[in-house]
Amino acid sequence: MRHGVARFVTGFLALPVGLYVFYVVWPFLQAAGYSLTDWGGYSDRQQFVGLDNYIRLFSDELIRKAFWHNVFFLITVPLFTIALALFLAFLLNVGGREDKAGVRGVFGSGFYKVIFFFPQVLSLVVIAVMWQQIYRADSQGLINGVLMKIGLVSEEDPITFVYDPEPFLGVPAVLWWLLLIAVWSGAGFYMVLFSAAMQSIPKDVYEAAILDGAGRFHTFFRITLPLLRDTVSVAWVYLGFIALDMYALVFVMTPSQGGPNHASEIFASVLNFTAFQKGQFGYACAMGVALAIFTILLAALQLRITRRERIEY
Amino acid sequence: MSTVTHTPGGPAGPHHAPPPGRTPAERAAVGGGRAGARFFNGFSHLFLAVWAIMVIYPLLWVVMSALKTDSEVIRRPLSLIPEQLQWGNFARAWTEGRIGDFFLNTVLVLTGSVFLTMLLGSMAAYVLARYEFRGNRLIYYMFLSGLTLPIYLAAVPLFKGVHNTGVVLPFLGPNKHLMLILVYVAWSLAFTVFFMHSFFRTLPTAIAEAGMVDGASHSRLFFNVMLPMAKPGLISIGIFNVLGQWNQWYLPTLLMQSVAGEPKNQVISQGLIELSVNQGYRSDWSGLFAGVTMAMLPVLIVYIVFQRQVQSGLTAGVSK
Repeated sequence: MRHGVARFVTGFLALPVGLYVFYVVWPFLQAAGYSLTDWGGYSDRQQFVGLDNYIRLFSDELIRKAFWHNVFFLITVPLFTIALALFLAFLLNVGGREDKAGVRGVFGSGFYKVIFFFPQVLSLVVIAVMWQQIYRADSQGLINGVLMKIGLVSEEDPITFVYDPEPFLGVPAVLWWLLLIAVWSGAGFYMVLFSAAMQSIPKDVYEAAILDGAGRFHTFFRITLPLLRDTVSVAWVYLGFIALDMYALVFVMTPSQGGPNHASEIFASVLNFTAFQKGQFGYACAMGVALAIFTILLAALQLRITRRERIEY
Repeated sequence: MSTVTHTPGGPAGPHHAPPPGRTPAERAAVGGGRAGARFFNGFSHLFLAVWAIMVIYPLLWVVMSALKTDSEVIRRPLSLIPEQLQWGNFARAWTEGRIGDFFLNTVLVLTGSVFLTMLLGSMAAYVLARYEFRGNRLIYYMFLSGLTLPIYLAAVPLFKGVHNTGVVLPFLGPNKHLMLILVYVAWSLAFTVFFMHSFFRTLPTAIAEAGMVDGASHSRLFFNVMLPMAKPGLISIGIFNVLGQWNQWYLPTLLMQSVAGEPKNQVISQGLIELSVNQGYRSDWSGLFAGVTMAMLPVLIVYIVFQRQVQSGLTAGVSK
């Protein structure tokens, strides 16, 4: 009997674990190994250089820049997405009429939930092509065109969006425009998530509150939001990963993949540039390992901070 | 799921006192009141409608641009209604833009990878969730770590491996589709195992034990009893994988660079990137929009059909 269990377990795990080790774990280990060499990538010549690549990381101007851009996204992407998603979920769930029985959701909330989720299922490429047209820096662009028609923007001085390296609130403007796309495409997903969590809160909690004379804002901030704590913290962790992974947007939206003039450079874009354009695979791998360590530390930190005693209901 | 209320379900019990009357001042203080409620209701509708337009308008605009002539796209880019519907754009994008080939490649890769991901993912998740053995935690955390590790780190070795295919897959030779399938599966396993693990944990043990008493083998129990019971979870994770892999862009861009002379094997997201990047030299704007429209249609349809499962799956995966 026991022998049978062992065979079954091994049999079921062999293929998935094998594939995973081969295509995910092994490349990571290899990368960690390469990060200790000066390998260029296009020849077989590689020499062990120890921690040189890592030491170099700390004095690299471009990496420092990219690091702060990562931090910017790390703070703003979760903050804005969650705030907007919570607000939308709040409107959907308590924005409706207030009657004797309490507060209900806004009319058509099912319809809104389907619509708002749309951007989430669109492929990055579709989003890119769309937003390139929205952000066009002439009268043909969606935003510029509309603003010019109303007369808010002059023909000679259009908004240049992702081509604008000038700082706005201390950060290159291009980053804010990328942030807008990220929030636009992510808010719907988290709205659905929060909505579902809101609905799983038992009705009698609200009943009691309403009987005590609490209005909808009161109910929301005193009851709904505290009970959503778990979901919000999970969302925060997910969005943290997305924020670190803004590379796709940078790649398809910005001039020369990190431009203009390196204004939108992030860790991953520097990594790819270093590996595939400059041909410094060893150094690029060191960047990757640093990013991985950073990510894992951050995830652990986030989980630690947001973990609190669960509220059971 | 469609109408959302936070109202108490049944009638108030006899022990419940009727809501105490409030003075107008008290009502205003808690945000209630007739006028306040109506204003808030109106504001909700307005804000939701504005956001809905911000989400829908660009989509609609892409679809409508796909139905314009090239010159109209340039002349009246902002208009939503084409002067004359140009259905031919779709046919042109399908053949000349090679969207047809991209579609076929994507469907081919996706069919294999999603099916394999679900099968292998739930097998591993089931064993990890239901059996105690040495190394269980280790393997589970190994899968979990895949959720946090940046794919870019593996880029260099994967890229290198692919370019001497012999190193990566001696037995597959140059079949890049098969290789992409396996890479997709491996990279999707982390989330799939994580998701199905929590799902199998929620299933009752009694049925499995009854099956064991009846003398069913472990694998029979899995395929005939547990897997059918996990169907809601399987559907959710299947949809997530379809959406994720259809839209996957980095991996194919990295791995499927076609060398001159090789048969073209790009998937749809890659093909569109090429179309849009090459747009500087060509001027088939309406063809590009037609391609984009065709690329997003299948996902939108999958989502609209399965939105309930997606929404319930979201909460199952997160809150348990």
